[in-house]
Amino acid sequence: MSTVAVAEAPGALRRGSTRGGAGMVLDSAYAAALFLGTFLGVLALGLLLWTVYDQGWDRLATDPGAFFGNFVSRFPARAGIKAALYGTAWLMGLTALFSFPVGVGAAVYLEEFAPKNRVTNFVEANIANLAGVPSVVYGILGLGVFVRFMGMGPSLLAGGLTLGVMSLPLIIIAAREALRAVPSSIRLAAYALGATPWQTVRHHVLPAAMPGTMTGVILSLSRAIGETAPLLVIGASVAIFNTPDDVRDPFSALPVLIFNWTGRPQPAFAEAAAAASIVLLAMLLAMNAVAIFVRNRFTTRW
Amino acid sequence: MVNPVPDPSAGLVQPAADQRPQEGPVRRPEVPSSTSARAGGRTTSGVVFAVEDLSFYYGTFQAIRGVTMNVEGNRITAVIGPSGCGKSTFVRCLNRMNELTPGTRVEGRIRFHGQDLYSPDVDPIEVRRRIGMVFQKPNPFPKSIYDNVAFGPRVNGLKPASMDDLVEESLRKAALWDEVKDKLKKSGLSLSGGQQQRLCIARCIAVRPEVILMDEPCSALDPLATNRIEELMIELKRDYTIVIVTHNMQQAARVSDRTAFFTAEVSKEGEDRTGVLVEMDRTEKIFTTPGDQRTEDYITGRFG
Repeated sequence: MSTVAVAEAPGALRRGSTRGGAGMVLDSAYAAALFLGTFLGVLALGLLLWTVYDQGWDRLATDPGAFFGNFVSRFPARAGIKAALYGTAWLMGLTALFSFPVGVGAAVYLEEFAPKNRVTNFVEANIANLAGVPSVVYGILGLGVFVRFMGMGPSLLAGGLTLGVMSLPLIIIAAREALRAVPSSIRLAAYALGATPWQTVRHHVLPAAMPGTMTGVILSLSRAIGETAPLLVIGASVAIFNTPDDVRDPFSALPVLIFNWTGRPQPAFAEAAAAASIVLLAMLLAMNAVAIFVRNRFTTRW
Repeated sequence: MVNPVPDPSAGLVQPAADQRPQEGPVRRPEVPSSTSARAGGRTTSGVVFAVEDLSFYYGTFQAIRGVTMNVEGNRITAVIGPSGCGKSTFVRCLNRMNELTPGTRVEGRIRFHGQDLYSPDVDPIEVRRRIGMVFQKPNPFPKSIYDNVAFGPRVNGLKPASMDDLVEESLRKAALWDEVKDKLKKSGLSLSGGQQQRLCIARCIAVRPEVILMDEPCSALDPLATNRIEELMIELKRDYTIVIVTHNMQQAARVSDRTAFFTAEVSKEGEDRTGVLVEMDRTEKIFTTPGDQRTEDYITGRFG
C-alpha cells in the first residue's frame, strides 16, 4: 500500500502532468512578451543617454570651466551655458516657492476640510484634467496673464509663475495621495484628545504626509525645469549676457538654450546642445534620486 | 442598582458651582499648576451620563434606537452585544466622535452632568477634552513616546508647571512608565501592541479627562497584554468614569460594575440592523440572572 502511494505521489507533481505542455509554453510566451516590453523601455532610455553622451561628453569634458562659466556666443567654441544654468536654478526656486504652498494648501483643503458636494467634485475632476493640459497651453496662459496683463514682461517671475501653475495639478494630486495614505485612526486619535481640525492637520496629518508630498513636489519640479514650450511662449531669451539678480530680470533656461542650439547649422552647436543636455539630465536624475531618497528614508511605516 | 457612595462634594447631576458653570458651553475648569496625582481626573459620583431615548442615524440608516440609560461616576460600565448592534456607535455618541462622519444625525438627549451634550452652544472640542477615548486598534502618533503624551496637554493649552512631570505622571498612571522611561524619545510605533495601547491610555489621561471611553481596547492584544489593561482599568476607576465596549463577555464580567446588553433588531423590510438596548444592570446580575431572554441566550452562547 504505502509503497504504491509513495511511488505515485511524485508522478502527480511532475511538470505538465495536469495542464499539458501547451499551458507551459503559453506561460513562457507571456513572460517573454512582458519582458520585451520592459526591455524596450530600458533600451530606449539607454539609447537616449548614450546618444547624448556620445555627442556631448567631449564638449563638456574638454573645458568644463569655459562651458559652465561662459555666456552664449556666436562662436560655438566659446559658447557657454552660464546664463541658462542660473536661469534654470532661479526658475526652479521660484516655481517651488509658488507651487509648493499653494499646491499643498489646496490638497489639504480638498482632502481634510472641503465639504463633499458638487462644487468640490467639479474642482477635483478638473484638477485631474489640468494635469493633462499640454504645457504649451500653460505658456499661452502665462503670456496672457503674467507677461502682458500683469505687466511682468518676459521675466523670471513670469516664468516661475507659469511653471508653478503648470506644476500645481501634479503637486495637488501627489499631496492628496499622501494625505489619503495617512490612516484615519490618527485623525480620530487627535480629535479624541480635543484637538481642533486644524491642530489635527498641522501636528499629525501634514507631517505624516510630508514625505509623500515632497516626493511629488520634487518630481513635478523636475518635470517643470525640463519644459521648453511654455518658456519659449512667454519669451525666454537666449541672448542673455549676465546672471539675473532680480526676479524682474529677463532670463534664459537650459531647455530653451538646447532648443536654440539644436536649430543652428554648425555641428559644433549640436555638440554644445548635447553637452547642455547632459547637464540638464544630470540635474533631473539628481532630483529624482532625492525624491526616491526622501520617500524611502522618511515615510512612516504604520 | 449599585448606588455609589454619596459624595456631596463632587459633581452630582447638577454641576458643582465651583467646577462647572450652570449653563453655557462645557468649559474646562481651571487646571491647577501642580501636577500631583490629585490634579488628574476627579472623583465624581452619581450619574455622569443620563441618556434619554437616544437614536442615531447614518444617513437614512438607523444604527441605534431609543437607548435610555444612566452611566454612573467612578464605575466601569461595560457595553456588550453581538456584532453590528451599535455598541461602538453608542459610545461614540457620548463624546460626539460620531459627528465627524458626514451625514450622521442624533435624536434624543444625552446629559453630561445635567448638561445637554448636543445643545447648540456646546463645543464638541470641549466635550472631547473632558471625555477621552481609547480605540480598538492602538493608534499612537508616529512621534516620540514623550510627544504622544504631551500633544493633548499642548493643544488644550494646559500649562503644567512641568510638562516632563505631567508626561511621567500620565505614563505611571497607565502602568507604562517603568517600561519606557529610558526611551521617551523613541517612536511610539516602536512599542509592542499592548504597550502602544497603554501609551494611548496615558495620552488620554494626560488631558485630564473625567471620563474614558474604551472601544474594544483589548481586541487587538494578546491575553497577557489584555490582562494588564484590565488591571489598569480597575485602578483607573478610582479617578475616572470608564465606559468600555467589549466583545469579550469574560472581560465584561471581570472588570465592569454595570453591564449594558445591546442587540440588533432586523427591520421588517430588509437588511437594516438597528441596535437597541435590551437591558442594563449590575454586571453580576446580567451574568447570573438576566431579566431578558435575549440576554440569557447571548451570554450562554446560544446566539451571537
